[in-house]
Amino acid sequence: MNEAIVIPMEHGLLLAGILFLIGLLGVLVRRNIILILMSLEIMLNACGLAFIVAGAHWGVADGQIMFMLILSIAAAEVSVGLGLLLQAHRRFGSLDVDQASRMQG
Amino acid sequence: MLELGLFYIAATVSLISTVLAVTRYNAAHALIYLIISLLASAIIFYLVGAPFAAVLEVVIYAGAIMVLFVFVIMLLNLGQSGDVAEHVLLRPRMWIIPSLLCVILFVEIVYVLQSSESLLNGMVVGPKEVGLELFGPYVLAVEIASMLLLAGLVGAYHLGRRYFTDVRDVPTAQPLAAVSGDDHE
Repeated sequence: MNEAIVIPMEHGLLLAGILFLIGLLGVLVRRNIILILMSLEIMLNACGLAFIVAGAHWGVADGQIMFMLILSIAAAEVSVGLGLLLQAHRRFGSLDVDQASRMQG
Repeated sequence: MLELGLFYIAATVSLISTVLAVTRYNAAHALIYLIISLLASAIIFYLVGAPFAAVLEVVIYAGAIMVLFVFVIMLLNLGQSGDVAEHVLLRPRMWIIPSLLCVILFVEIVYVLQSSESLLNGMVVGPKEVGLELFGPYVLAVEIASMLLLAGLVGAYHLGRRYFTDVRDVPTAQPLAAVSGDDHE
């Protein structure tokens, strides 16, 4: 009776997919660099959610380890991305990515 | 069935707050909704039997990485004067929906923690198993992750310097050929 109460893996993966799509739409639609970085975080978090749900379905620890690796990737990505954001703000005076769409060559 | 209901409540909160985070105009408001989304994800992690990942989600994602965003938003100030932004941010109407979502999550986590022995059964993968796997077969991945974090540190340090502010003016002030000619002679 007790072990029957298990969250269906399909619903968890569906939630992860929807979150990933929301993040992807955010990256494609928004033009503010901060919002684009936040959408990237949403996408990485959705990947981690998929790993956790799949790992919990089989009762193994590999999903959590993959989540920790995604966490370190997210930390490195957001530090470099925010450094680039500061440079863009210094150089172009705004956070609009369309300001940086032209080369100077 | 109760655990399923809790899962769907947390999933709904996560979806609502993520959609609101992507569609906000103000970056600070988007950040609030994004933090709520991450907290909802942490509750989902706890419900599916990954308590260590839930703790990491709260501490590192919602704690450390979001603090970086807060620092940058505060540093740039986003073009408005500070007190106007604060006035808009502290308007009570802006806090109704985040507070409502937070209260839902809080009630849920209190309920889960009070009845944890009946809700979480069998499939819990605790920190001990994760640690044994992490420093056993996956130790190479840990090393690669440390290299990645070091690269991120060096990249953030390099990009964060004020050195690049003069780069745009240097080529227009003096031609590049003269500079390189001086170097070669």
